[in-house]
Amino acid sequence: MTVDPEDLTCQEFQEQLADRIGSGEDVSRHPHLRNCATCRALLADLETIAEAARQLLPIEQPKEDLWDRIELAIKKEDGSTQPD
Amino acid sequence: MRAQAGDHHAFAQLYSLHKRRIYSLCLRMVGNTAEAEDLTQEAFLQLHRKIATFRGDSAFSTWLHRLAINVVLMHLRKKGLPQVSLDEAMEPAHDDGPGRSFGAPDLSLSGSIDRLALERAVADLPAGYRLIFVLHDVEGYEHNEIAGMLDCSIGNSKSQLHKARLKLREALRTTLQQEGSR
Repeated sequence: MTVDPEDLTCQEFQEQLADRIGSGEDVSRHPHLRNCATCRALLADLETIAEAARQLLPIEQPKEDLWDRIELAIKKEDGSTQPD
Repeated sequence: MRAQAGDHHAFAQLYSLHKRRIYSLCLRMVGNTAEAEDLTQEAFLQLHRKIATFRGDSAFSTWLHRLAINVVLMHLRKKGLPQVSLDEAMEPAHDDGPGRSFGAPDLSLSGSIDRLALERAVADLPAGYRLIFVLHDVEGYEHNEIAGMLDCSIGNSKSQLHKARLKLREALRTTLQQEGSR
């Protein structure tokens, strides 16, 4: 028996959310949301988080001396793999 | 590529070109600068060892990015701390279902999030969740790519991302509540 999407409980709706969102479905048009402020708020928050993540953490710069460390380690490795 | 032929100067240029992206990725994944620098160093050392095997089937930056992700993954697995257990975060059966929302109207994030609060909340995520959240929502990888990288199913990637966002929502709402009660 197929459940009318509008008749889903919040639990049922939320259990399907990961797959629906992950599949790129426009979940905001789901019939359950017409009468459910709780799930509407949940969906809005999840969208806000995903949107904010795209702005998260600017490109960071490592310390200037990191290349010196890497260069030293490479030379060490190259030295240890040189034939005697 | 000259760096593939062992040209040291060319390799230094590769480092200059890619250091910010690789360091940022490591920093996002592990959340502290000293560890991120060690991992960046390890990623470039591995690059130096393996660069001759790069065959040009993908863009170099994509190849290097994945190499760095593998370095971070190995590091997290080696650490073996409970909060960085990737296996746990990859296994839905072990999850305690973060942040379900069946009750009364909730405190909403109101369409905006304080960036620093989000950074803190991401840093506090269990490593497996953080990994998928950063790869998908920050770095822009698709679920099928993440599943390939982490050797998990696409469904698992979707599910873990969803749980990561729920945990973040919980953390951010707690922050809002604490700020509201001050």
